[in-house]
Amino acid sequence: MNAEAKKMDAIERYTVNAEKIIAGNQNQSLSQLQNDSKASLSSMKFPTLKTEEWKYTNLKSLLNSEFSHSSQLNDVKITSDDVDKFKFKNFENYLLVFVNGVFKKELSDFEEIKKEIIISTISEAMVEREDIVSEYLSKIAVDKTAFDYLNLSSFIDGFFLQIPDNKILEKPIQMLNITGNKGHMTYTPTRNLIIAGKNSEASIIQNYVGIEGEQYFNTISSEVFIDQNALLNIYKVELENEDSCHIDKTDVLQRRDSKFNHFNFTFGGKLVRNDINTELSDENIECTLNGLYIGNDNQHIDNSTFINHAKPHCLSNELYKGILDDHSRGVFNGKILVERDAQLTNAYQNNNTILLSDDATIDTKPQLEIFADDVKCTHGATVGQLDESAMFYILSRGIPREKAKSMLITAFAESVVEGVKIEPLRDELNNLIFEHLNRDKVL
Amino acid sequence: MIEIKNLKAKIDGKEILQGINLQVNAGEVHAIMGPNGSGKSTLANVLTGHNSYEPSGGEVTFKGKDLLDLAPEDRAREGLFLGFQYPVEIPGVSNATFLQTAINEIRKYNDETEITPKEFLDRMKEKAKVVGMDNSLISRSVNTGFSGGEKKKNEIFQLLMLNPTLAILDETDSGLDIDALRIVSDGVNEFKNENNAVILVTHYQRLLDYIVPDFIHVLYEGKIIKSGGKELALELEEKGYGWITKGEN
Repeated sequence: MNAEAKKMDAIERYTVNAEKIIAGNQNQSLSQLQNDSKASLSSMKFPTLKTEEWKYTNLKSLLNSEFSHSSQLNDVKITSDDVDKFKFKNFENYLLVFVNGVFKKELSDFEEIKKEIIISTISEAMVEREDIVSEYLSKIAVDKTAFDYLNLSSFIDGFFLQIPDNKILEKPIQMLNITGNKGHMTYTPTRNLIIAGKNSEASIIQNYVGIEGEQYFNTISSEVFIDQNALLNIYKVELENEDSCHIDKTDVLQRRDSKFNHFNFTFGGKLVRNDINTELSDENIECTLNGLYIGNDNQHIDNSTFINHAKPHCLSNELYKGILDDHSRGVFNGKILVERDAQLTNAYQNNNTILLSDDATIDTKPQLEIFADDVKCTHGATVGQLDESAMFYILSRGIPREKAKSMLITAFAESVVEGVKIEPLRDELNNLIFEHLNRDKVL
Repeated sequence: MIEIKNLKAKIDGKEILQGINLQVNAGEVHAIMGPNGSGKSTLANVLTGHNSYEPSGGEVTFKGKDLLDLAPEDRAREGLFLGFQYPVEIPGVSNATFLQTAINEIRKYNDETEITPKEFLDRMKEKAKVVGMDNSLISRSVNTGFSGGEKKKNEIFQLLMLNPTLAILDETDSGLDIDALRIVSDGVNEFKNENNAVILVTHYQRLLDYIVPDFIHVLYEGKIIKSGGKELALELEEKGYGWITKGEN
């Protein structure tokens, strides 16, 4: 039996686990979807170093590890004290708590807006809002890999958020994702479907933290639909445990006149992959994808973004910055496609990385594919050390080298951090940068 | 206060300073003038310890200590200040944080107690007024989004905040309109007293209408080839550098 189990490859293992999940599923339409996804999964392969989009990220150790599905071990107890410890609390927000991918209403705090927006699980929404779920669930996601089908075939309940047309949210929504298991190696498929209605405005903080214990593998899929003239800000703050894996794919579909700002702050995790794909499917859309990755030890952080300019008069701005210390490794893969129809596109992309150690590395690959002739597109990538002339300026005021370094790190990160519109969150982020680099913050 | 003897220095292996001799005493203002590329900025950077410049001979004694032996931050803590020709922007770090850190590091080195927040704030407000900057300066990031003139004013503001014993001002006047030049000069004159000294590095005689030097030195090809009193500036204004440098080529 054991020998038999050893022979199973990752696809087989995750397919077998999906079967168990589906067997326990009461929801007809979800079972149907998960069954189909399981079938797709079983016919696929996970990416390897030979897969162009994954060529800098070695998944071998992740895929060789045997994780149990977190829901099959019903032994994780999270109290409201734990939640208190993990959540951002220096600003007002509507709190939604997820433990191992499962929405925990009893730990959440959203009474105030319960009647104004729709917060439920995907399984519930499949019954109550069948039309909208069937229109978007697994339909927004593009270029599905084995990770997509792994997620789709075995997520539990999922999370569904709908901001109704014309609704302007006063406070941000904090989605606190607590993942892991004290005594077992687990994997958790986390799935979100987010619908921002016409003319709506909202901000979401996706906050990922780990439970002290064994290493875990969090595989996340978020599908986001932003309807006409809506504004959606997503601030993702990834603070997973340092020995754990975080594979996240966010697929976004934007409609006419909408604005989407995505901020991607990566601190934790041994192996991190963020895929963000946005489809600008109509005119006059704005899309900002900004990111900051802070690496130490042997962390591997891979950010892969894709912006599809399908229609004219859209603007995309992308700025990814990284600070890599020790033996950490970063990857940036930024693709922008400007389709033949997409005249008068403005697309700007930049990736800047600072290497604080001789052993840190970055592979950066900007890709622009332009099929329209009247467009403004720029891209650039820089890799370097802290600026010596700026260093001298600070030293010449009597400030010691280590503090000068911290100031230059702040200065480097600022162009990403300053875009965060929630000021107390900016302070938290500045603290996290220095905590993660084991450095003293500037005052 | 500072004694420079036969100072030589290289950048990228090329010898730029070829034996500088200069003594500056407390209470004095010295102007160092000279055509482009004569080594003026190199001298300022070597004295303050920029690591792209390599001292290759001679010695510099500052308040009895071997200056070239000190790290740049320690030179500042000993009382040396450089007003930069091109001040650096530090987004995300406020002027208040920057200067409070600097003042306290300098105080710590000199076994003095830290500045109290109130004392610091009062001082900021007082000195900001001298250079005509409003109080919002305190929370703004260092030089970030400043115009060229504002950056130079901010250098003088830092000079007044840190109150060093020797200020070396590297082309602080270049690129300033007449109003800004007046403000910058007023700041330097406010700073100036019998216990400290100023070295002005400049292209233009114009600055010396506002800050009157005790001595003027002409630097050419890495050497001081002529020294004199303030009247030398007028002569340079009239005749240029040609009459001095001719014999040197």
